[in-house]
Amino acid sequence: MGDRPLIYAGLFLFVALVTLPVWQGIAAQSSTVGPELKAPAHKKQCVAPRAYMREAHMELLMAWRDGKVRKHERHYTAADGTVYNVSLTGTCLTQCHGSKEKFCDRCHEYAGVSAPNCWGCHTSPPAEPGGVAAVAAGGMR
Amino acid sequence: MDLLSSFLIMAALVAVPLLAGVAGGGQGVLLVGIPYAAFAIFIVGLCWRVVGWARSPVPFRIPTTCGQQKSLPWIKSATLDNPSTGTGAVGRMALEVLLFRSLFRNNRAEMYGQRYVFGDSKWLWLGALAFHWSLLVIVLRHLRLFVQPVPACVLALGKVDSFFQIGAPALYLSNVIVLCALMYLMLRRLWDLRLRYICQFSDYFALFLLLGIALSGVLMRYGTRVDVVAVKQLAIGLATFQPVIPAGLGLVFPVHVLLVSTLAAYFPFSKLMHMGGVFLSPTRNLANNSRMKRHVNPWNYPVKTHTYAEWEEEFRDKLTMAGIPLDEAKND
Repeated sequence: MGDRPLIYAGLFLFVALVTLPVWQGIAAQSSTVGPELKAPAHKKQCVAPRAYMREAHMELLMAWRDGKVRKHERHYTAADGTVYNVSLTGTCLTQCHGSKEKFCDRCHEYAGVSAPNCWGCHTSPPAEPGGVAAVAAGGMR
Repeated sequence: MDLLSSFLIMAALVAVPLLAGVAGGGQGVLLVGIPYAAFAIFIVGLCWRVVGWARSPVPFRIPTTCGQQKSLPWIKSATLDNPSTGTGAVGRMALEVLLFRSLFRNNRAEMYGQRYVFGDSKWLWLGALAFHWSLLVIVLRHLRLFVQPVPACVLALGKVDSFFQIGAPALYLSNVIVLCALMYLMLRRLWDLRLRYICQFSDYFALFLLLGIALSGVLMRYGTRVDVVAVKQLAIGLATFQPVIPAGLGLVFPVHVLLVSTLAAYFPFSKLMHMGGVFLSPTRNLANNSRMKRHVNPWNYPVKTHTYAEWEEEFRDKLTMAGIPLDEAKND
C-alpha cells in the first residue's frame, strides 16, 4: 500500500543494474571490434596452431615452465618438426611477438583476464630490439 | 517421475546446441535470438510479478514474531526478531536477505533408537548461503565479458576469487564452492526420503539448470577451453544491440548460453522468484507495531448504522406513551 513507491524504486534500481552493460555500452560507445594484434612478418607459424594458442596458450606455457625448470627440457619440438628453444622472453616475445605490452596485454586487458604470474620471474623485452622491427613492419592480422 | 522429466528436459537442452554445433547451423538462433528473447522475458516477467505483488493489498501488520514483543520498558524486547520500528524491520530484512536468518533457525526431529531427538539443523543454511553468495560473485565476475573497459572492482573481485593462483587459468574459489553447494542441495533432495517425497518438478529442474550452467562454465574455463576474446565480442555485441557471431566459440559455449537463457526465461514463472519475493514478504518486512499504532483498513466503506440512541430518539413519543423507561431523559 504505502510502500509502493519504495517497491517501484527498488524494481527500477534492479532493472537498471541488470541492464548495466547496455547503458555502459551506449555511454562508452563500445564496439564489437576486438583487440588488434600484429602478426610477425617473417614467421607464418606459431609453435602450435593458432586456434589452439588462442584458447590454450596457458597450458603450453605451463608445460614449458614445468619441463624446463623441473626436467631440464630446453627444447620443444612442434607438430611440424621445428625445434624451438623453450623460452617465453627469448623465443615467444623477442623472436615474434615483441613485448608483453604489445602482445599479451592486448587480449588480457580486453577480456579482463587476471594477470598471470608469468611476470614474477620473466621480463618483457625492452622496446624496439632487433626482432621487434620486423614485427612492426608486419601487417595487421 | 518429476526427477526423470526434469532430467530429460535438461538433457534435451544440452543435446540441442551440441547437435546444432556438430551440424554447424542454428548459431544465430542459439547465440543471439534465444538470449534476447530470454532476457526480455526475464525483465518483463520479473517486473510483472513484482508489480503484481506491489498492487496486492496488505492492510494490516502480519509479521511473524520470533521474539519478545516490545512492551513495558523493563521487559527486554527482541528488536531484530520482533521489530517494532521501521529501522528494526530493515535490520531484520538485511539479516534475512544477506545471511538467511530464518534458515539458520531450521531444526529437525529424528528418532535415534528409542530416543526422539530434536535439535538444530544448519546444513541447509550453510549450503544455501554458500550457493547464493558464490552465485552472486560469479554473476558479478561475468561483467568483465559484457563491459568494456572492465571496471576495476570486477577485476579486483576476480583477483580475490583466484587468490591462491592454482593453475592457469587460475582456479576461482567461487567455482569450487558453487559446485559443492549445488551438489549438496541436489543430493539432499535425493538422499532424504521424506524430503524426496515432497520434491517437485520445479525443485529438480532449477537445480539441474544451475548445475548444468556451473558445469558447462567450469568445463570451458578449465577443460575444453574457449576463446575468451571471441566470447567477449559476442557478449558486447549482444549488450550494444549489434550482434556478431565470432568464430572459435566451440561446442560447449552454446550449451552454456542456452542453459542460462532457459534459466532466465523460466525465472519469473518459477520458485526462483523468491529473489524478488524475499523483499516483499509481509510476514518479514513489516514492523510489529499493531499495539502502538492503529492500522485502519483503508478500503473500509462507510457502513450505514442506526444506533440505539438514534432509534430511541425516533420512537421517543411512542416509548414514553407506552411507559417504557428511556436511556436519555429529554430535558424539556
